[in-house]
Amino acid sequence: MASRPRTRLHVPQPPARPGDKADFSYLKLQPAGKQPRPDVKVSAQATLPLATGIVRVLDDEHRAVGAWDPTLEPEVMQMGLRHMLLTRIFDERMQRTQRQGRISFYMRSYGEEAVSVAQAMALRPGDMLFPSYRNQGLYMVRGRPLVDLMCQLLSNTRDMCKGRQLPVMYHWRDGNIFSISGNLATQFPQAVGWAMAAAIKGEDHVAATWIGEGSSAESDFHAGMVFAEVYQAPVLLNIVNNQWAISTFQGFAGGEKSTFAARGPGYGVAGIRVDGNDFLAVHAVTQWAAERARKGGGPTLIEHVTYRASAHSTSDDPSRYRPKDEYEHWPLGDPVERLKQHLITLGEWSQERHAALEQELDGHVAESWREAARFGTLNEGPRLDPDLMFEDVFKELPEHLVHQREQLRAERS
Amino acid sequence: MARMNMIQALNSAMDVMLGRDPGVVVLGEDVGYFGGVFRTTDGLQRKYGEHRVLDTPISELGIVATSIGMAVNGLRPVAEIQFADYIYPGYDQIVSELARLRYRSAGEFFAPVTIRTPCGGGIRGGQTHSQSPEAVFAQICGIKVVMPSNPYDAKGLLIAAIEDDDPVIFLEPKRLYNGPFDGDPEKPAVPWSVHPGGEVPEGHYTVPISKAQIVRPGGDVTIISYGTMVHVAQAAAQSLGLDAEVIDVRTIVPLDTQTLCESVRRTGRCLIVHEATRFAGFGAELSATIQEQCFWQLQAPIGRLGGWDTPYPHAFEWEYFPGQRRVAKALEAVMSAS
Repeated sequence: MASRPRTRLHVPQPPARPGDKADFSYLKLQPAGKQPRPDVKVSAQATLPLATGIVRVLDDEHRAVGAWDPTLEPEVMQMGLRHMLLTRIFDERMQRTQRQGRISFYMRSYGEEAVSVAQAMALRPGDMLFPSYRNQGLYMVRGRPLVDLMCQLLSNTRDMCKGRQLPVMYHWRDGNIFSISGNLATQFPQAVGWAMAAAIKGEDHVAATWIGEGSSAESDFHAGMVFAEVYQAPVLLNIVNNQWAISTFQGFAGGEKSTFAARGPGYGVAGIRVDGNDFLAVHAVTQWAAERARKGGGPTLIEHVTYRASAHSTSDDPSRYRPKDEYEHWPLGDPVERLKQHLITLGEWSQERHAALEQELDGHVAESWREAARFGTLNEGPRLDPDLMFEDVFKELPEHLVHQREQLRAERS
Repeated sequence: MARMNMIQALNSAMDVMLGRDPGVVVLGEDVGYFGGVFRTTDGLQRKYGEHRVLDTPISELGIVATSIGMAVNGLRPVAEIQFADYIYPGYDQIVSELARLRYRSAGEFFAPVTIRTPCGGGIRGGQTHSQSPEAVFAQICGIKVVMPSNPYDAKGLLIAAIEDDDPVIFLEPKRLYNGPFDGDPEKPAVPWSVHPGGEVPEGHYTVPISKAQIVRPGGDVTIISYGTMVHVAQAAAQSLGLDAEVIDVRTIVPLDTQTLCESVRRTGRCLIVHEATRFAGFGAELSATIQEQCFWQLQAPIGRLGGWDTPYPHAFEWEYFPGQRRVAKALEAVMSAS
């Protein structure tokens, strides 16, 4: 007797767990240069092929090919390489610092540097950025002194957050980078509101925001998409699909049956899937989306296909849930290495210059750390005044907080 | 001076602020073309345009989140949540984002957002159109919580809220929109035109946030209340012929403890009345504060009356509502204890 069809609970399974052979065949990649580059005013629905395909510019021979080649000047690419490398070296040193017990927590962006760096470079300084917690490259491009970032990580006397935030939850009003929440996805619809205000005021600034593929499951994502579509807000909505949300793979956020970018046209929002480890492709797609937004064409949802090469954070051990060597099999390579090889192919870079740059940046990071540590570390040096705890809850200190501050002072005297 | 009901007074507050400050925007479900389900934003879109008074998708999360983004970009959003009962999809954005943005960014970013929302029962709204959620906001550090009880205060407090650089949850007791309701649903409705609180200046003025008001001075007992219950409490005290001092708290956070405690020290007796559920309600905070600060002047245990600790039932609205009789009984208990 034939078996009756039954309901079935599907539990997505990653292609590989510890001990398995890495397998990225689910990515359905295409060679570089294949995607057409439509006019920026194309309808959202017409972007569906871009949302299900993948925009790539750098090919396997490190050449820039196809309609999406942004034809950047060598100096711009060298600057991009510098920012990515600085991000990586900064991350490595801060990771070590955490292991030495001098900061409490850290999150690296290893392997994802092109997303933040290429995007920040493709946008204008007046554009407002609403980052998640793995976008430190934005700060490198916009030029926040490393000492300031380090003092935040240290929660020391020069901490921009006055000791109130976990490490990496930076903010920078003058650099137009919004405060990182620590709660996931909340910044996504906020960026839409910022962009709506820019349009209300008739300015041509755009907003950009980043969310992980994992946290795109939050209802904040849906609200952001709906408001962005309804008001045609000038905003770049980025999903950084780095394949892993701590231990759950991207299939658990809805990536099994569809790409994340394909959600865009479903909402009436342009969608593009891009090789997130390809500096040139990310730069080109960002420019396209920013121009679309500035010309009144509305929002774009961009999915960056990348890989979280490091642990989620210093509190995480990925060897417990994915193959140890998975990154070695990642088909889109390393963003720093790919841009470096491209520049070498062009005759605009060399191993020697690269080594010299690494040394220079390493020295800069080390020197910055020495300066930052002078303002205090977790265990040594000057401490922030605990009185600061009561400030900025409200603009002015209300009576009950005045009393509580007095209580704490009495306790400490 | 004009005669206004509370809806007109709130409308006038937004009208004044839209006119004075080009950064003020009004947004919410049905607030634009239609003018709001309670007509509170009637005519504002016609007057100020679709870019200043915006209809929104049905997403309280989206309304709060985009308001935060707009505020960070220099606007002063006045968001309407159609019923306070609907505010919870936006709760995370209020609690984790709006309330803490100034704090977490050490003052670099802040979001002067006012969230208006009709609250309270007495309009046959059942359990999803009758709640009074002031306590779930009172515990959140970084937002102010306001609830007016008459048109004059409603307009002055709303203007103060919009001008305030901190976020404000502005709760509007909807049973008071059209008149001062004393808790007796059988009596003919009384319009605001016969109440002194219905006299409202047409232009700009503010009622300060964080200031309670003694609405009726007295010496026998202090009744502390806010919203609809201010009127019910007054009527209950009158029915007993008591010389009660009735205080309208007006601002839940930051609380004006000084006005409350000065009164209780003088009268020696205190009844706290609110419409929200009693258990862990805001009355508990009021009671604890008064006990701590007025213990040696108290002649009786503090009375505390709220709605029953059940959802607000549709068919038993007036059995649920803490009406005059229940308030009077609680008052008698406070007066008889010695």
